[in-house]
Amino acid sequence: MTRMFDLRKLRVGRLGKRSLQVTAGAALLAAGAMALQKPESAWQLPSAKAAAQSAETPRAPALRLLTQSQYQNIITGIFGPDMAVKVRFAPVQRLDGLLAVGASTAVMTGGGIDPLESTARAVAQQVVSPERRGYLIGCEPTNAKTADEACARDFLSRTGRLLFRRPLTTRELDDAVAMAGSAAVSSGSFYEGLGDALAGLLVSPQFLYIWENAEPGPAGSNGWRLDGYSKASRLSFLLWNTAPDDALLAAAERGELHTLAGVQKQFDRMLASPLYRDGVRAFFDDFLVNEAFETLSKDTQFYPAMTVKAIGEAREQMLRTVVDHLVARNGDYRDLFTTRRTFLSSDLAVLYRIPLDTGSQGWVPYEFPAHDPRVGIQSQIGFLAKYAHPARSSPTRRGRAVREVLLCQHVPDPPPNVDFSNFEDPAGEFTTARDRLNAHNANPICAGCHKITDPIGLTLENFDGAGQFRVAERGTPIDVSGSLDGVEFADAIGLGKALRDNPSLRSCIVNRLYAYSIGQHVPTEAEARLEQYQATLDKRGYRFDEMLRLIVTDPSFFSVQPLVATRSTSKDIPHRSAARTAMKGARHAD
Amino acid sequence: MLIKNLDRISRRGILRGALNGAAVTVSLPFLDMLLNDSGTAFAATGQALPERFGTWFWGLGIDPKIFKPKVGPLTEALPPQLAALEKVKQHINVFTNFDVLTDGAPNLCHFTGWVALRTGSPPAGRGNLPGPSLDTAVADAIGGGTRFKSVQLAATGAPRDSYSFQSASAVNPPEISAVDFYTKIFGPEFQDPNSPNFTPDPRIMTRKSVLSAVTEQRNDLARTLGAADKARLDQYYTSIREVENRLALQLEKPAPAPNCKIPAKPEEVPVGLDVEVVKARHRAMTDLLAMALVCNQTKVFNMVYSDGGSSLVRRGLDKTHHAFTHEEPIDPVKGFQILSSAFVNDAMTEWGYFVEKLASTAEGDGSLLDRTLIYAHSDCELAKVHSLPSIPMFTAGTLNGKVKAGQHIDGNAQAATRLGFTVQRLMGVPIGSWGTKSMEAKQEIGEIIA
Repeated sequence: MTRMFDLRKLRVGRLGKRSLQVTAGAALLAAGAMALQKPESAWQLPSAKAAAQSAETPRAPALRLLTQSQYQNIITGIFGPDMAVKVRFAPVQRLDGLLAVGASTAVMTGGGIDPLESTARAVAQQVVSPERRGYLIGCEPTNAKTADEACARDFLSRTGRLLFRRPLTTRELDDAVAMAGSAAVSSGSFYEGLGDALAGLLVSPQFLYIWENAEPGPAGSNGWRLDGYSKASRLSFLLWNTAPDDALLAAAERGELHTLAGVQKQFDRMLASPLYRDGVRAFFDDFLVNEAFETLSKDTQFYPAMTVKAIGEAREQMLRTVVDHLVARNGDYRDLFTTRRTFLSSDLAVLYRIPLDTGSQGWVPYEFPAHDPRVGIQSQIGFLAKYAHPARSSPTRRGRAVREVLLCQHVPDPPPNVDFSNFEDPAGEFTTARDRLNAHNANPICAGCHKITDPIGLTLENFDGAGQFRVAERGTPIDVSGSLDGVEFADAIGLGKALRDNPSLRSCIVNRLYAYSIGQHVPTEAEARLEQYQATLDKRGYRFDEMLRLIVTDPSFFSVQPLVATRSTSKDIPHRSAARTAMKGARHAD
Repeated sequence: MLIKNLDRISRRGILRGALNGAAVTVSLPFLDMLLNDSGTAFAATGQALPERFGTWFWGLGIDPKIFKPKVGPLTEALPPQLAALEKVKQHINVFTNFDVLTDGAPNLCHFTGWVALRTGSPPAGRGNLPGPSLDTAVADAIGGGTRFKSVQLAATGAPRDSYSFQSASAVNPPEISAVDFYTKIFGPEFQDPNSPNFTPDPRIMTRKSVLSAVTEQRNDLARTLGAADKARLDQYYTSIREVENRLALQLEKPAPAPNCKIPAKPEEVPVGLDVEVVKARHRAMTDLLAMALVCNQTKVFNMVYSDGGSSLVRRGLDKTHHAFTHEEPIDPVKGFQILSSAFVNDAMTEWGYFVEKLASTAEGDGSLLDRTLIYAHSDCELAKVHSLPSIPMFTAGTLNGKVKAGQHIDGNAQAATRLGFTVQRLMGVPIGSWGTKSMEAKQEIGEIIA
C-alpha cells in the first residue's frame, strides 16, 4: 500500500529535464565496468528523489499479440525446425510506423481465432505423432491407451513453461493435465489426449499474447518494475523474435534479470546466438514496411523478370543486406544507405543485369563497383519496386517513403480536389518524370508537398518501376540531380551520402527501435531520453548492438507503472512468488 | 496411472459421455426443422427460410456523367456505366445524391467516405474507425445458428482489404484465396445437410471441450490487466465462444437444405491485382459464397471487389486505377476519363455478376437473392476529386418481400447514412437512429420499404 501511494505521487509529479539527463547519464554509466559494481536497486530503478523529479511517467505493462513470425519461431524453436506451421494472423494496425506497436492494441476477433485453433491442432498432432513423440514428449506412458498423469504433467509443465514464457500456475497445469486425461480416456489414446491438452495451451491467451507483469521495485527504489519473466520476454522478443529459451527463463527464475550484470550477461549471450539475426530481421521487416511485398505485383508485360518469386527475393535481399551489414560486419546503421555490399540470387541478377552463376548456392555476396549508382538499400530493387507503379517509376512515392519510413517524417495527403491531369501530358511534350512533375507543380497547392518528396525521388529515376537501371526515359537522358533538406547532389550516390548524414535518419532509427523494444507508443515525455541516446550514439556510432545495449541497460527500460486498481497480488501465480523471492535476495544484496 | 483431476472437467460437463458418438446435449436452432412442401419455410415452425445480409464494396466511385439513371423505376435502358446491370436491374436499387457530410473533419482521400458509410460517422484521422461497421450489428442480430457468424472475402487477395470491423484494432480478416475459402466452408469439417446419415464426430466435442477449458483461467488473467487490455481479453473470450458455438453446431444434424450442393473445388487464382485476375478471384469466391449461404454456413457476408484507393491494374497499362483517376485527362468529347472509367465498368460488371449469381441460385420456391439484402457502395463519387456528395450506393435483393427493388432513389442531398440505417432496421437491428451530427439518420428510406 505504501508503494502504491508513492507511485501515485510519482505519476502526478511535475519535473524538469535535468532529472532526465541524470537518469540517462546513469544509463550510460551503467554500460561501463563501474556500473557492474552497482547494487541492484541503484540500477534497477531511479532513486526516490530522482524518480520524484522525473517528468517521464513509467509505462503500463504491455499486452502484445504475438506476430505470425514469432508464433512460427516459437513452435520451431521448441519442437524442431521440421515442424510444419501454417499459421495466419489477422492483419495488425500499423501504429507509430510499426506493427509491433499496433500489436499492443490488437484484438482477436472470431475470424482471427478460427485459423489459430486449426493451427494449434495441427501443431499438436505433429508433436504427438508416432514419428516425433519419442523425442518430443520426454516420457512414456505406462499404458498408451489411456491416461497417464505423471507423464502428461511432466510434458505439459516443461512445454507449458516455454510456451507461456513462465511456469504454469498450479491451476493452469492441473487443468491441462485433466484435459489430457479426459481426452485420453475418451479417445483411448494417451497421445491424442496429450495433443488436445497441448492444443489448448496453443490457443490460450497466455500463449497468444505476450503478457507483462509489474511488481514493486526493491527496497531503496521508488517505483515498479517488470517481473523477471516479463523482462525475459521483452529481451527475447526484441533480440531473437521468439520466446525466451530455457537459460533465459532460468536467469529470470534466479532473479538475475533484476541486476545489471545479469541483464548484460544475457544480452551478450543472446547477441552471440544465431537467433540474433532473426531479431534484427524481424525489426527491419517491420520498420521497412515489408508486408507490402505480400501484395506487390508488377506488370510482367513491361518487366518480364519481375515475377512473384523475384519480388519475394527482393525483400530477402534487403534483409540479407541489413543483417550482413549490422550483424556480421557490425557496421554503422547509417552506412546501410551508402553500402555497396549486398547479396544476389539468380533471379535478381537478371533484374540487375549482372552476369551471375549462383550455382547451387542460392544467394551469393556481391559488391557493386565504385562507379555504380547502386549505393544503400534505398537503391535496391526491393525499395525501388515497392515504391513505384506497376509499370512505371514514381519519384513521389519513393521520396515519400524516404521521408516517412527512413526519416520518420509525415508527408501530408494531397488535397482531395487537386487536378492531376496535366501530369498526363496531353500535348505529348514531356518525356521524363521530371517534366511531368514540373508541370504538375505549376499548381502551388501541389508544389508545397511535392517539393519535400520529389527532389529525393527524382534522384532515383535511373531505376524504373521494377528497379532496373536505365539512363533515359523515352529517349531523353534522365537528370537525376536532387536535394535533401538543403543538401544538393547529382545522383543516387549523393542521395545515399545525404541520407546517411541526415539528422532525422538517426533520430528515426532510435525512436523506432525504442518503440519496437517496448512494444508500445513512445510518449512525448520520453523524447529527452531518446535525445540522450542519440547524443551517445553520435559519439560512439550507430552500431546496432550498441543501440540495443543502450536501451536494454537503461533503468527505464524495465520500469513500469502498476495497474493501480486491478493489479493482482495473487499468490496463486508462482512467477510472482519467484519474483518476490528474487527481490528479497536483491534487498539482501543491497 | 490414474488421473486425479477429472472432476474439474466433469463438473463443467465438457465431455458428457458423448465422445464415442453417443447422444449429445447441445441444442440448435435448426434441430428437427424440415422444409414444408413448397420449400418456403420450415415445416415444424412455419418460419420463413433464413434471411441474409451482405455488403459489397468497390473502390474509386463512378463517372457521374455515364452512371446516373432516370429517377424512379428502372424501366428505361440503364446508362453506359450501369449497362452490365441491365439484366439484374429488377433486383437492385440505385441511390444517388445522398451525401457524406464531414462536419468539419477532413476529407481523407479514399477513406472518409467508406468509413462514414460503414460506421455512420466520418473518421477524425486516417486509421481512425469511429465505431463498429454496420455488418457486425446485423451479424449480432441474425448471425446465430450457422457455422460462421459472418464471412469476409477480398477479391483483391490482399489480407488487409476488409471493411468489417469492431474497431481499428479488431478488423475481421478476409479470406484472400478461393481455395482456402472452399476448404473453410466445404472442407473436411463440412457436414452435408442433405446426407441421410449423421454421426456426431467425437473429435469435435473434444475440440469444444479444449476451448471451454481455455476459459477456465479467465478471472485469474483478467485481474492482472488494466481496463483497456481487459476489454481486449474479453473480446478474445467472445471470439473463443464464437468458435465453440460453431463446433456445437457441428454436433447436431444440420437442417435440410435441399438446394445445397457441394461445389467443385476451385482452381487457385494467381496472386496479383490485374483486373482480370481479380475478376476471376471474385467470381470464384462469389460462386462459393452463394452455395455457402444456401448450405446455411453463414448468414452475413462482406465482399471487397477492390480497395478504397483501388490498386487494380490492367495488363499493358503503366499505372493503377487510382493513378488513372488522377492523372488521366477527361476526354473532351465523351466528358469522362476513358481508361479510368473502364475500371469502374469492370467493377459494375462484377457487381452484376454477384447479384446475378445470388438471383440464379435457387432456394425454396425462389432464389437466394429473394431472401437477401445486399448493401453496396464505394468510397467516393468522382475519384478524380474524391467527392463525397452523391456517393454511389446500391441495394440488391428483396429480403423475403420486405424491400422494393428496381428503382433509382434521389437522396436530395440528405445524409447517406439513411441507407445504412434503413438496412439495419430491415435486418432487425434494434436502433432508433444511426450516425452522428449531420450524419445522424432517424428515418428509413421509405421508397424501398415494401
